[in-house]
Amino acid sequence: MSVTLSQVRKGAYYDSVVLMQLQRALLALPGISDAGAVMATPVNLELLEASELRPGEQPGPDDLLIVVRADDQEAAQNALAQVDELLSRRRTAPQGTFRPKSLEAAVRQLPDAAWVLVSVPGRFAAGVAQEALRLGKNVFLYSDNVSVQDEVDLKRRAADLGRLIMGPDCGTAIIGGVGFGFANRVRRGPIGLVGASGTGLQAVTSSIDTLGSGISQAIGTGGRDLHTEIAAGTTLQAIDLLRRDPDTRVIVIVSKPPSPEVVGPVVAAAMATGKPTVVNLIGLPAGGHVRNLHFAATLEDAAALAVRLSEDPPTLEPAQVASGGRRFLRGLFSGGTLAYETVLRLQYVLQPLFSNVAIHPWQALTDPLRSQAHTVLDLGADTFTVGRLHPMMDNDLRVRRLRQEAEDPETSVILLDLVLGEGAHPDPASELAPAIRQAGGHGIQTVVAVIGTESDPQTLAEQVATLERSGATVKIGLEAALETVVAALPLEARSIPVEVPLSVLDETPATINVGLEGFAESLAAQNAHVVHVDWRPPAGGDERLMGILARMKGTQG
Amino acid sequence: MDIDKANQTAAERMMESRPMLRGVAPAKDVIPGMDGRLLLHAGPPIAWDRMSGPLRGAIIGALIFEGLAKDDVSASALAASGEIRFEPCHHHGAAGPMAGVISASMMVYVLEDVTHDRKTFSNLNEGYGKVLRYGAYSDEVLQRLRWMNETLGPAIDAALAGTDGLDMRATIAEALHMGDEGHNRNKAGSLLFLRFLAPRVAAAKLPEATKTEILQFIGDNPLSILNPVMAACKAMTAAGHGVEGSTVVTTLARNGTDFGIRVSGLGDRWFTAPAAVPVGLYFPGFTEADANPDIGDSAITETAGIGGFAMATAPAIVTFVGGSPADAMNATLEMYEITVAEHKIFNMPPLDFRGTPTGIDIRKVVELGTTPRINTGIAHREPGVGQVGAGLVRPPMAIFEEALVAFAEKYGMAE
Repeated sequence: MSVTLSQVRKGAYYDSVVLMQLQRALLALPGISDAGAVMATPVNLELLEASELRPGEQPGPDDLLIVVRADDQEAAQNALAQVDELLSRRRTAPQGTFRPKSLEAAVRQLPDAAWVLVSVPGRFAAGVAQEALRLGKNVFLYSDNVSVQDEVDLKRRAADLGRLIMGPDCGTAIIGGVGFGFANRVRRGPIGLVGASGTGLQAVTSSIDTLGSGISQAIGTGGRDLHTEIAAGTTLQAIDLLRRDPDTRVIVIVSKPPSPEVVGPVVAAAMATGKPTVVNLIGLPAGGHVRNLHFAATLEDAAALAVRLSEDPPTLEPAQVASGGRRFLRGLFSGGTLAYETVLRLQYVLQPLFSNVAIHPWQALTDPLRSQAHTVLDLGADTFTVGRLHPMMDNDLRVRRLRQEAEDPETSVILLDLVLGEGAHPDPASELAPAIRQAGGHGIQTVVAVIGTESDPQTLAEQVATLERSGATVKIGLEAALETVVAALPLEARSIPVEVPLSVLDETPATINVGLEGFAESLAAQNAHVVHVDWRPPAGGDERLMGILARMKGTQG
Repeated sequence: MDIDKANQTAAERMMESRPMLRGVAPAKDVIPGMDGRLLLHAGPPIAWDRMSGPLRGAIIGALIFEGLAKDDVSASALAASGEIRFEPCHHHGAAGPMAGVISASMMVYVLEDVTHDRKTFSNLNEGYGKVLRYGAYSDEVLQRLRWMNETLGPAIDAALAGTDGLDMRATIAEALHMGDEGHNRNKAGSLLFLRFLAPRVAAAKLPEATKTEILQFIGDNPLSILNPVMAACKAMTAAGHGVEGSTVVTTLARNGTDFGIRVSGLGDRWFTAPAAVPVGLYFPGFTEADANPDIGDSAITETAGIGGFAMATAPAIVTFVGGSPADAMNATLEMYEITVAEHKIFNMPPLDFRGTPTGIDIRKVVELGTTPRINTGIAHREPGVGQVGAGLVRPPMAIFEEALVAFAEKYGMAE
């Protein structure tokens, strides 16, 4: 036999949803088979009547009426005794912040975020990165298995928008003091890095820290950035950023073996920074320096060199900047090996460079009789010496070519070798001097690398004096001459089509994380504002719908 | 084609729509295409044999009310005979809560969108309890309907006659600041409605007892303004409909059997699937087993950017969404993810006066797997019992996917 008990609270107003909740809570109590909690309006009383819960008493519409039906008196009383507690019970649901599912919502939540970290499965990664670009954000693209074509598309779009894509397959970066992905905790300092971003960057940043210096920024580019197809899209932007970053005093560029034709633009961009720059491109001839560039052989060397340069910065003459006009080197060599060495040393520094002793096919000179851009000629090559003496003995060919270059309005610097010794011409300096003087008259600087000894029959000192009187800059040996040449040449005016705003490197950047939740936790631990996106494959991974969505967004097909 | 731009256009039109409540008139005099053999109903098109209990009950009640049948048996026979046509309210510029049945002689609110020069309509709200919109058709129900038709309707019409009308967009905006979300909670808005009507009804040449009765009825019913709000939302969404290339949803409606949507850039085509039973809280003595699948045109409020989308501003009814104010906040934040705009007029103090999420984008719904959240009343599955609870319902994902594919086919993006 069940027991029905009721309770009336005069003038106690509760919203109906609160009462429905109370009713649900009462029903959950032991021994309760039905319950009603209502403001006692006529309509509600009727409802109670329908379920045989209407009590005998007649409360008014402003009164709270609570009715329970229970298995026994005790259960009913017990339930009614708990009403106050149930009414005042607060849900302890945490004031958890909203976790957006879309990048767009995350951006609305954290509009200041400059960076989006993407670590979703590769087949979805390009889509998320494109969406980030659409929303005006820069991307740290940790995901791998992104196609080359997707990378090309992303980086082209980023370049047009003045945004940076670090990646794909970018494992680490340090931006504004915050490590993205797998960064080491290193102190802040004056050295800025650009690297494919994996262990290379981690090795160099850690070494720098060990040596007592620190990192301003470490920008990752992704492992394929220096491949031909990608053409250093991110690397060039990153170098330009570090050029403008006031916290970066020394730059380090590290990379796995680059595609040779990509190295030129990278080195040119590095030169254009005017900041001491350590270059460690695996496979590139290491050692020595030209202008602000210092070539390191290993990752540790690169770190040590960078630290040294940051502690004792060399003074650099500010380079002239050329746009059109006299800007090219013309190297006219009598010695084949010297010509080859020059091509080897300058091929990435001076671009484009052509030669009849080309190392790479694209350096081949179309017509040996006509120079193009930077040209290095071995005038002792067979094409020139057919039917005549070698230029070490007969200066006629070199003098004529020297005069030809002097008349070329694009010539800026002429480099000659002068090889003394037994069997060579008895006084080559005197034969070359008038043409050097003629070139000087056009504002062309001639640099001569003299190879010889004081004991040579031509007398080194006299040869040097003759050349200097003609206006030439004379250096003993090729190395010194090359350094002079590079310093004398104006830099090509280079600019990034759309600059990436320096604000991307701001202190403790706000970020949006899409993918691995651990990255968001790491960012939060570094006091960076971060919104984590509760990402799922678009359209539940349905290929057909995904295709339609992509086409509708205009990001595909 | 620029879908984003088309969607912005659709959303702008929705937000610029300014529906004024102008008057009350018999449906046959004002609703285009209305006649004595036509009954309007909520949701997408449906034939008698597939109608759910509450909708059938409302149809029966309307036929008796119109004098076309004398009781439920003859009304059912007439309804099944094919002599009566059934068409969605939405095909006639109208929207009705729950069963949403409107017959020729029923009094309806007449709204005029002064921005887009369009009229929209809704019936008069009967209050809680046994009511036609939940399929009840007892004498008591029909008697109330007659009183509403003969006394209430003309009185409201007279009160509105000397004015420019009630600016519904402004009224909704104000109610949102007073804890209403405009769908399940219309307490504040209904009191604003009463405030507008009271002095005018008081000044009318009517017996004192009638005036008291009218004002009592409006004041006692916390849903008094729901129907004008729905007609206003209908005006807004109609303004956003028909934008070439737009993926914005302009109709969300249920007939108790099917859930249907229409999309701005896809003409008048409905995409439908079986409606779900809402998840919610039940009145004493009722459980989910008593519930009818989702019914009513009232999801027009969510379509226009209020209702479930404005939960953040209605803390009094947070229990529907989990119980804490944070849940209400998250409900609104979730809807920002599938909408194209933040409303210019409707904003929410708890979100620092951010505009409500407006303009559901089928692309975002499908991409994120997030369907719109709709606050709703729950009808008993049998005609005549009435409301048994209130809660939350989401439309089936399939209709958004189907609409997306149809859009891609229409605009050459399918392959």
